[in-house]
Amino acid sequence: MTSTLVFEQLLNGLQFGLMLFLIAAGLTLVFGIMDVLNLAHGSLYMVGAYLAATLVAATGSFLAGVVLAVLATGIIGILLEVLLVRRLYKRDHLSQVLATFAVILIADDLVRIIWGPAPIMLAAPAALAGPVELLPGFFYPAYRLLIIAVGLALAIGLYLLVARTRTGMLVRAGSSDREMAAIMGVRVDRLFAVIFVLGAMLAAVAGALLGPLLAVEVGMGENVLILALVVIVIGGIGSIRGAFVGAVLVGVVDTAGRAFLPGLLGTFLNTAAAAQLGPALAAIAIYVVMAAVLFFRPQGLFPARA
Amino acid sequence: MTLQQRLRRALPWLLLAAALAFPWIAGALDQSFYIGVVRRILIFAIAAASLNFILGYGGMVSLGHAAFFGVGAYTVGALAMEGIGSAWIAWPAAIAVATLAAVVIGAVSLRTRGVYFIMITLAFAQMVYHVAVGLKRYGGEDGLSLTARSGIGIGIDLGNDVAFYYVVLALLVAVLAAFDRMLDARFGRALIGIRENEARMESLGFPTFRFRLAAFAIAGAVAGLAGALFANHNLFVSPAVLHWTQSATFVVMVILGGIGYRYGGVLGALVLLLLEEILAAYTEHWHLPLGVLLLAVVFLAPRGLSGWLDERGAR
Repeated sequence: MTSTLVFEQLLNGLQFGLMLFLIAAGLTLVFGIMDVLNLAHGSLYMVGAYLAATLVAATGSFLAGVVLAVLATGIIGILLEVLLVRRLYKRDHLSQVLATFAVILIADDLVRIIWGPAPIMLAAPAALAGPVELLPGFFYPAYRLLIIAVGLALAIGLYLLVARTRTGMLVRAGSSDREMAAIMGVRVDRLFAVIFVLGAMLAAVAGALLGPLLAVEVGMGENVLILALVVIVIGGIGSIRGAFVGAVLVGVVDTAGRAFLPGLLGTFLNTAAAAQLGPALAAIAIYVVMAAVLFFRPQGLFPARA
Repeated sequence: MTLQQRLRRALPWLLLAAALAFPWIAGALDQSFYIGVVRRILIFAIAAASLNFILGYGGMVSLGHAAFFGVGAYTVGALAMEGIGSAWIAWPAAIAVATLAAVVIGAVSLRTRGVYFIMITLAFAQMVYHVAVGLKRYGGEDGLSLTARSGIGIGIDLGNDVAFYYVVLALLVAVLAAFDRMLDARFGRALIGIRENEARMESLGFPTFRFRLAAFAIAGAVAGLAGALFANHNLFVSPAVLHWTQSATFVVMVILGGIGYRYGGVLGALVLLLLEEILAAYTEHWHLPLGVLLLAVVFLAPRGLSGWLDERGAR
């Protein structure tokens, strides 16, 4: 195991973690401020990826296609908020689970009707197809570097938005005590609509950027939703900082586990057993991390409600 | 008592009579295929009833119930592969393994509350899911097929579709009767008390954690039994039975039927799976209308179908 391999896997983990952060950010804010458990958040990620694949092909430009797809998903987010989620504020979590699970069923079938059941292709821009020499002798795919750059830029932007602006102040107030914020005159419902749409657009960015690396297919939202839920629970529901730390932690643990656990086990088990155990343990690793965090810090690493 | 209230009270008995007569009617109409369809519904009804027990009466929103269902199914599948096909060994083993899993998972999860409980049960179920995917000996991602249904002896052949149907129906009735009995007993009353006000029950001297863990384990055991039956029904077990969407489907069944109503889980399983079956007959895209119907339930029948029937009965 060479140091370049370790470095490469760490970068892959960071890249995956940043995308998870984009998905988890919207989820954690919606959950933190309005106490709405939105299972359909993964569907917005899926719709973003599908729209990006179509619009990139239609416009012939990766940048234009992705931007249009993100805007279009934002409009879908507005519709979802006004038509459905707004009516779920006052309901208990179980009603929210049932209603947003219904949205998953509807979204999956609509995608199947529009795009067909087979996975579709979203190609990375040709200019970024090759590797880049980061350090002497260390090459890394240019497209993955772009993802890291975009992810970091959006994370910093979101941090500044939450920590430095008036809107962000209201978001934090809403997160820590919604009722008190409302009594102090914050238009929590309008704030929530803005946050919901922002979250939808961030999820679409993640879907569009991960599209060339993963398959764009029905059901992609369900799998990523669970990872995003793990992230926000580790970080503490409602906390942007927690979502960031949780996302990078989950991304690195998951990627490194898959890359290194089988080999690591091989050093003290026979190779056949290691080959069987390794992938299973790697897949389980993030859930073990989450269970451990919940056991020792039931409110997550960065509780939003002090 | 109005006519509607009478009807409402008679509904479980009418459904039981219908379930008893069904294989005979289906056979007479030459529609024996539907015996399997209804048997599947009965199996899921057992699992949904067990979730309703902890969710409805214990207030424990578990999003990991498929773990116990799947563990039961895998136990039967794995034992069959190792040459043990007797129901008298395989089914109790499935229940035992599911109970053990529920005790371990419950002992950790029940220390958390609210959304965190939902998430930690989900996390444990995901662990079990990935273990099943990693079990190459038992088919890994592809799952494993069973060559025959479990053997019971005493003159009952589960290979006979009608005989298996009645065994499942008998087990469902037994499970429902046991839950009814428990809920009317001190244990069930205490469980409801803990749901309403745990601190108060604790100060009254009830060991609340042990009560909740016992309920969680019982629900896991019953889900394991349902899983064992499902493995026999499908003659195939794959990680799909452990997927989180399966756990979510169980929760949806209970909410749909009516959380904390006596037969809420059963009613939810019946309606959801029947709807699936009917819609799938008309269109390949049956998820879409099903989703719309579930949305309608959220807004028109907030307390589920049982609650909706109750309100209509009270009018």
